[in-house]
Amino acid sequence: MNPKNWFEESHSEMPKPWWWVFIGFLILGGLILPMFTEIDVHLDMSIIFIFALLSLSMGFLWGYGGMLSFGQTIFFGLGGYTYAIWSLNFNETTFGLILAVFVPLLVSCALGYFMIYGRISNIYFTVTTLVTTIVLEKAVRATSDERFVIGSVRLKGQNGISSVPDLQIPWNPDETLFLTGVYYVTFVALFLTYIALRMLLITHFGRVLVSIRENENRTELLGYDARRYKLGAFVISGGIAGLAGALYGIWGNFVAPEMMNLNSAANIVMYVIVGGKSTLIGPIFGTAVVQRVTTELGMAGVGQVTLYLGLMLIIFVMVFPRGILPTLGTLTFITFDKIRNYYKNNFDKGDKDGQ
Amino acid sequence: MANKSDYILQTRQLSKHFGGVKAISNVDFNLLHGELRCLIGPNGAGKSTFFKMLSAQHAPTSGEIFFKGHNTTKAGIHKVSRLGIGIKNQVPDVFDGLDVKENIWLAARFCNTAEKALHIVDDIISRLSLELIAHKLVGELAHGERQWVEFGMVSALDPQLLLLDEPTAGMTVDETAKTAELILELNKTISIIVVEHDMQFIRKIANIVTVFHQGKILMEDTMENIQQNELVRNIYLGKS
Repeated sequence: MNPKNWFEESHSEMPKPWWWVFIGFLILGGLILPMFTEIDVHLDMSIIFIFALLSLSMGFLWGYGGMLSFGQTIFFGLGGYTYAIWSLNFNETTFGLILAVFVPLLVSCALGYFMIYGRISNIYFTVTTLVTTIVLEKAVRATSDERFVIGSVRLKGQNGISSVPDLQIPWNPDETLFLTGVYYVTFVALFLTYIALRMLLITHFGRVLVSIRENENRTELLGYDARRYKLGAFVISGGIAGLAGALYGIWGNFVAPEMMNLNSAANIVMYVIVGGKSTLIGPIFGTAVVQRVTTELGMAGVGQVTLYLGLMLIIFVMVFPRGILPTLGTLTFITFDKIRNYYKNNFDKGDKDGQ
Repeated sequence: MANKSDYILQTRQLSKHFGGVKAISNVDFNLLHGELRCLIGPNGAGKSTFFKMLSAQHAPTSGEIFFKGHNTTKAGIHKVSRLGIGIKNQVPDVFDGLDVKENIWLAARFCNTAEKALHIVDDIISRLSLELIAHKLVGELAHGERQWVEFGMVSALDPQLLLLDEPTAGMTVDETAKTAELILELNKTISIIVVEHDMQFIRKIANIVTVFHQGKILMEDTMENIQQNELVRNIYLGKS
């Protein structure tokens, strides 16, 4: 391997020890954070974790599978609505959460089958996912009428479904998780998913997936059926987005068509671009940064927050096209390399002088 | 006259048209088991298009392809590869963002267990003397080195028919000589078709040579006879 960058180490090898130490610290930090902070911080952090999970699903698909899905919000919305409808109908949440992953898995399988086995090109893949999320949003918006009822739950169109139940503790359904509890659930979900995806990249499946991103023709010439691998990646990321959607419903006790609109879809793309799609930690980092900036801009009362965010996106695409983390990684690496060379040269010179 | 089962590869009236351009028209081509065949012809004669049809990267406009008796005319790329055709494309077709070892591993791992794949990778790396660049990204290598990497990938697949499109382009004289040795070594067990422009190289390895011209087979003969042929000389000097 040719380590030009500390954050982009070879994906196909087991992570180095320092990676585990780094992740260990992050997890430790995440676990003890609630002990030193107020409730409002937990609430803010939870929503960052939820959107980080969603952008992770997209970053994985884009950065490692080479497929830019503009419609991860399809599965985000589906996950949220599935959880809401099941848990309101049956007053039970554990299976609702499982179903909120399972339904997006099925839908992404069907949608992915037609797109990937139909061999549409990457640009049409992006457009199709984008259009699907908008169509789905409009469809859900049009369900205000009383006729649209699933079980005993009215879909209520653009008003969304409120009073989505809190998550029950599986072995003790009378008790529900609230605020800090939700913080822990979202945190654990995010980091388990992150580690699982990182491990997936070491497997044969993960390595073939990356080779498809590099050169699909060559992968096929080696005998692999690229479509199976691409569909697999699409389904995995659909399931993750569904989980994020359910957690969003739990976090705000509310699901609405806005989860699937153009604005949400574009935000996710922005998180991934800002953080850097060539890494898995990048999208998580990008989500935190952009959300923080959004909040700060809102509080500073600048008015058109979206306009400033757009400006930020343009700057990133033009100046740091690889995103924050990969750029930082390269810069620190070059700096350390220069320092090392400087000392090495001086040492060598001293050695020669001595002789 | 040889029996049908003696042929590993046959094409019948194979044609490929790009719009109005007839890149390949009505080619009947036969290759015996264990044969080493060279294809020559000026640029644009249709050699690479022919190769891309054999490996299913292009769908033929008309005609049929038979490999080991299977009709592969409409098969997918990966299916043809699984049947045992390996191809090295003219422009090195490799994974630029991955290192040399990973490139070859992806090929070796396709039909081997994880343990055996590692063994094959080490074997190929030492056989092609790629040790020094094993951990470099393929995108950073010189053209000749990228050729070696692709050659390594294709041989890791252990194909029964190997298609090599200009395998010595960008190589030094020594490297070219080594490639010739490797090809002759591989030919002891598998059938090979080579597209080349380097006549000395062809003379070293070839038995029967097929000349392509304007999408058709012009002649098929030994290298000596072909070099003395007036028509072939005219084509190469641009008089036809």
